[in-house]
Amino acid sequence: MNDHFLLRMIDIHKAFPGVKALDGVSFDVRPGEIHGLVGENGAGKSTLIKILSGAYQPDSGVIEWEGQRVHITGPLHAQRLGIATIYQEFNLIPPLTIAENVFIGREPGRGAFLSWPTLYRQTRAVIDRLGIDLDPRRIVRTLSVAEQQMVEVARALSMKSRLIVMDEPTATLTENEVGQLMSIMRELKAQGLSIIFISHHIEEALQICDRITVLRDGRLVGTRAINEVTLDEIIRMMVGRSMSELFRRSTTYATDEVALRVRNLSRSGNARDPNAIVLHNINFEVRRGEILGIAGLVGAGRTELARAIFGVDRFSSGQIEIDGRPVKIRSPRDAIRYGLGLVPEDRKQQALFLRLAVRTNMSLAALGRLVRFVDFVSARAENELIESYRKALNIHMTGPEQRVANLSGGNQQKIVIARWLALKPKVLIVDEPTRGIDVAAKAEVHQLLDELARQGIAIIMISSELPEILSMSDRIITLREGRQTGEFLREEATEETLMHAMALEQTPVSVA
Amino acid sequence: MNQALQTPTSTLLRITRRLNLIEIIGRFAPLLFLITLVVVFGSLEPRFLTKLNLLNVLRQVSITGLIAIGMTYVILTSGIDLSVGSLLAFAGVVSAAVAKGGTGTWLRSTTGEQGYGVTLAVLAAIGIGIAGGLIQGIAITRLGVPPFVVTLGGMSAFRGATLLFSNGGPISGFSKDFRYWGQGKVFGDIPILALVFLGFALVAHIILRYTRYGRHIYAVGANPEAARLSGLNVKLLITSVYVIVGFFCGLSGYLLASRLNSAEAVAGVGYELTVIASVVIGGTSLFGGEGGIPGTVVGALLIGVLTNGLVLMNVSTYIQQIIIGAIIVLAVAFDRFIKSKRRV
Repeated sequence: MNDHFLLRMIDIHKAFPGVKALDGVSFDVRPGEIHGLVGENGAGKSTLIKILSGAYQPDSGVIEWEGQRVHITGPLHAQRLGIATIYQEFNLIPPLTIAENVFIGREPGRGAFLSWPTLYRQTRAVIDRLGIDLDPRRIVRTLSVAEQQMVEVARALSMKSRLIVMDEPTATLTENEVGQLMSIMRELKAQGLSIIFISHHIEEALQICDRITVLRDGRLVGTRAINEVTLDEIIRMMVGRSMSELFRRSTTYATDEVALRVRNLSRSGNARDPNAIVLHNINFEVRRGEILGIAGLVGAGRTELARAIFGVDRFSSGQIEIDGRPVKIRSPRDAIRYGLGLVPEDRKQQALFLRLAVRTNMSLAALGRLVRFVDFVSARAENELIESYRKALNIHMTGPEQRVANLSGGNQQKIVIARWLALKPKVLIVDEPTRGIDVAAKAEVHQLLDELARQGIAIIMISSELPEILSMSDRIITLREGRQTGEFLREEATEETLMHAMALEQTPVSVA
Repeated sequence: MNQALQTPTSTLLRITRRLNLIEIIGRFAPLLFLITLVVVFGSLEPRFLTKLNLLNVLRQVSITGLIAIGMTYVILTSGIDLSVGSLLAFAGVVSAAVAKGGTGTWLRSTTGEQGYGVTLAVLAAIGIGIAGGLIQGIAITRLGVPPFVVTLGGMSAFRGATLLFSNGGPISGFSKDFRYWGQGKVFGDIPILALVFLGFALVAHIILRYTRYGRHIYAVGANPEAARLSGLNVKLLITSVYVIVGFFCGLSGYLLASRLNSAEAVAGVGYELTVIASVVIGGTSLFGGEGGIPGTVVGALLIGVLTNGLVLMNVSTYIQQIIIGAIIVLAVAFDRFIKSKRRV
C-alpha cells in the first residue's frame, strides 16, 4: 500500500442545532481505491459526503485534496476539483436524452447552437469507457433504474472526475444489475479512479472494496483493510453488538384456519404503462397465525400482488376469499372493511404524513372507532390508543404532537404498523417491513411481527432480503416475472433454493 | 441495547424543545404582526383606535373572511378556488331576484312587489353556492383536471352566468328584512355581519380540530396517496371542500347584496386575491396539510387593518395594493424560513 492520498479529511466536526452529526471523523481515499463507508442510519455517512461534495461546510477540520489543503465552497467547486457525487435520488432530467443529461450545461456547439453529432459522439465515447452498450439518443425516462445510474456514472466520467461518491447505489438494483455495477466499478478503478461506496449491504462492500470505514453516532469507529476484517466484525463495529443477538423466531403459531385465499389472480398489461408488471394465475393461502413470506427479485410482481389484493390496483381476473367467503375488493376502503391492512413498501410516499403529528399518523385508519358523539373524536380514547401502542411497540417519541418527520425510520415504521393494529386486522400485508431502518429497530419489528402472528393475525411478508424471509416465514412462495415459481416450508428453504426459484425458470413446487 | 437508544433519544428531546420555540414563533407570527400594526396605526392616527372604526374594520373583512373560511378547507387539501368572486356574484343576483320576485327575464314575478321572502332568498343563494362548488369538485375529482384550471374556468363561467341572469345591471332596493343581516347591528354597535363571520369561523375551527372529518382533511392534504391507502375516500373528501367554499360563496353573495342594498353583476371581482391572501398570510400552507381557521381569521383581520389604517392615513389605494402584494410574498417567505429551521 502506498501512503499517497487523493483525499484526506482530518478531524471533521459538524453540528446541527442539538445534534453532533460528525464528531472528529477522519477519512481518506487513495488513488485507484474503492473505499466503503458503512454505518447505521444517522451514523453520519450522509453528512460526511455532503461536506465532501460542498453541500455543507464543516465546523472544523481539514480537507486535503491531492496533498493540497482545500476549502470546498460549494457543489460546483467540488465538481471542478474532480469530485462527483451520485445520490440515491438521481439528478437526471427524465424527458431529455442520455447525451443531453451527460453533458448538461456543457453541451458542445457553437454559440447558442448545439452540435448534436458531436454531443452523441462524445457521449458514446464516455459510455464505451464503462464497457456497456447504451444508445446516447435514448430518453432517460425510458431507462431502467440501473441504466439511469449508468448515465450518472457517465456524467461523472465526462466531467473528468477523479473521485466518484456513490450513495447506496445498489439499494434499488436487482442481483444481476448489482453484478454489472460492480464490474463497472472495477473497470473505473482499473482506469485509476477512486470510488467511495456507501451501502447498507455489508456483504457487497466486502466484495468490492479495498478498505472499509465504519461510522457510528457521528464518530469514526475504524478503517480496516478488506483482507483483515470479517463480516461479523464489521457488523459489531456498526452496531456495537454481534449478529447472533438479532431476532430469531423460535416457533410457529400457524393454525389450520385459512384467513385469506387468493385464487387464479391475474393482472393484464396496461396500454398506458407498457412497463407495468403483469401477474399470471397467482394461487396461495395464508392461515391465521402464519407468516407467509413472498420472495422475488425486483420486478417479480411482489408489490403489485400486494396492491392488487389490497384494492389499490385493479386485477383482471381471479378471486379473493376471506375466512372462506369470496369477497370483492375494489378499493383500500373495501379491503380494510374485510380486515386487511397494508404496510406499504415506500413508507414516506405511501404511508406517512410526514408533516403531521404522530397523533393523526397513528389513529387515522381507526378514527371511526374513536368517535363517541356525532363525528367528534374522543381525545381521551385517542390518547389512550396512542399511549398503548407507544408502550407495546416501544416507540421513541416526545408525545402525540411530535411530527413524524422528526422520528427515526424504525419509529416511523412502528407508527405505520400501529395504525393497522388499531383496526385489529385479520390479515396484515407488510411490504419490505424493515427497509431503511437500523439493525436494532429491525430486530424489534421482527419481534413485533412474531408477536402479531402469535395473536392469530395472518401475515404476508414481502421482502427482498433473503435472510429476513428465511428467519421470519413459516412458509415461502417465490415469484418471478409475475409468475409463481415455488413454494417452500421454512425447513426446506435455503438462500440457494429460493434464489434458484426467484431467478431461474422452474416448475412450481407444491407443498405436501 | 438500551444504552444505545438512550443517547439519541435525549438529544432528540433537546432538539424538539428548541424546535418548539421556533414553531411557536412561526405559528404566532401573523398575530404578532397584527398587534404591531394595530399599535403602529393607533399611535400614528388617533381616529384608528376608536370603537367605531375597529367595528368597521371587522364588518369590512367579514364577507371575504367568510369565504376565506371555506378557502382554508380547500387549501388544506392543497387545492385552490379562483372562482369565489364570480360564484358570490351569481349567488347574489339569484338571491336578489328571488327576494324581488323575479328579474323580468328569468324569474316571472308571481308575488308582485313582495317577492318570495328573505328565507327563500338566502336558501337560493346558498343553493347556488353549493351547486357551483359541487360541479367544480366533481370536475376536479372525476375528470382529473387540476383545481387551478377548473376554478379558473368557473371564474369565467359563473361571471358569465351572473351577467346573463341579471342582464348586466344591478338589482337593488330591498326590503328591511333582506337588508337586516348585512346592515343590522346588535348590542348597540356590533354588526351582525361580523358575528356571522366569527360564528362560522368558530364552527369551522371546531370541525377541523375535533372531528374525524377535519382530521381527514389534513391527511388528504398532507399525503393523498397515504390517505387513500389508509382507507379514506379521497375523492369525496376533496369534492366536499369545494362544496364548503361554495356554501360560503353563496352565503356571502346574499350578505353582500344585503349590506349594499344592491346585487351587482360585477360584485366580488378580485375577491379571490383577498381571500387567498387571508388564508396564506394566516399560515396555511399552499402545499396542504398545515394551517387552520384561527390563522385565517388573523390573516383576514390583518388585511382589513392594513387597508383601513392606510386609508385613514391618506395613502392612495394604488400604494395599498402594492403593500398588500408585498406582504403576501413576505408572509410566505417568512413561513418557509421558519420551516427550513425546523427541518434540521
